[in-house]
Amino acid sequence: MTIEKSAVAGTLESSDAQITVEPAQDGIQLEISSSVMNQYGRQIKATVLDTLERLEVTSGRVTVVDKGALDCTLKARVECAVFRACGQSEKNIPWGGAVK
Amino acid sequence: MIPRPTPERFRLRRTMMFMNAQKPGLIKDAYIYGVDSIMLDLEDAVAENQKDAARFSLYHALKTIDYGDTEVIVRINGLDTPHWQEDIRVCVAGGADGIRIAKCESAQDVKIVEEHVEKAEREFGVEVGRTLLMAALESPKGIMNAYEICAASDRMFGVAISGGDFRKCMQTKPTADGIDMLFARGQMLLAARAAGVQCFDTVFTDLDDMEGFINEVRQNKAMGFDGKSLINPKQIRPVHEIFATTEKEVAQAEAWVSAFREAQARGVGVFTVNGKMVDAAFIPGAERTLRLAKACGMYEGDLV
Repeated sequence: MTIEKSAVAGTLESSDAQITVEPAQDGIQLEISSSVMNQYGRQIKATVLDTLERLEVTSGRVTVVDKGALDCTLKARVECAVFRACGQSEKNIPWGGAVK
Repeated sequence: MIPRPTPERFRLRRTMMFMNAQKPGLIKDAYIYGVDSIMLDLEDAVAENQKDAARFSLYHALKTIDYGDTEVIVRINGLDTPHWQEDIRVCVAGGADGIRIAKCESAQDVKIVEEHVEKAEREFGVEVGRTLLMAALESPKGIMNAYEICAASDRMFGVAISGGDFRKCMQTKPTADGIDMLFARGQMLLAARAAGVQCFDTVFTDLDDMEGFINEVRQNKAMGFDGKSLINPKQIRPVHEIFATTEKEVAQAEAWVSAFREAQARGVGVFTVNGKMVDAAFIPGAERTLRLAKACGMYEGDLV
């Protein structure tokens, strides 16, 4: 998928994460801040990159503000932000396909 | 990925707690409360511009979190919104046990949802017929059509009245003795029993009025409801206590069921237990008592 416009998903509430995606050239630029950076920073990065790869996002600026989200929440927020950025978040989501 | 067991159409549903599907902090711990069913909400609890986000969140919660024995139902948006079709797709793809149809007013509403559920089951390779349905009756028309709604599909396991919208239509407010919804509750109960499905009461929204809540739950039990919809974990325990069965009832049910099974094996239809006539008509009720007792930790036998 190609990031066509800026989009945000998620909140700054506890156990959630807020993901912002913006169009960019030349690969993925990832920026993470987390309330549990020391313990889980590496895992958060891996989950976000993994999710982007599954969605075939190859370029974009991705900002993660994590408030202790579980992996499944991180995935959900990244996917929602990307689908919103492509204007495709409302219907015909590939559940169990690229989203899994 | 946690594959959930095949949903049971008829199981114990004393408590059904609403949770906003869009709030990760809530849904990740939902199973710890010991509620019989959780109701992940895509409808009123989710703001109009977050419906898409709630679905992503719901999908991964369904696929990832082990809810154990807690039943997982999803309340979808009404058929008059642009959201319900995608709601059904995500529920089926995620493997929700059942779908609650909001603002249901006719058998036709149930059939439309059923059609889309079946389509989604085929799309996602889910066993056709797996996903259960229940309907929320929120208007006078829904109550008037309660029987046809209850009987509209083999997937239907129950109906619930939704007090907020119903009282708005009737121009009434909640009363301590329940007189404002007495007829509607009664009509819905009759319809549910006539169609052989379960029946659930509405939420009680004043969390500070535990006495009022308890009185309402006592009335629910006396009227024959199977359970109640809840909005807060602190409401769970009183409902389980009020719906609990007594030791005497459990002992009697156990005696009836085991005597019935022996009689059946001997080819006998009607028989007496402790001087009381018992036949097949008593047995479903006795088995229900035992299942309830088992859920409350009062019965450890293997008859149910």
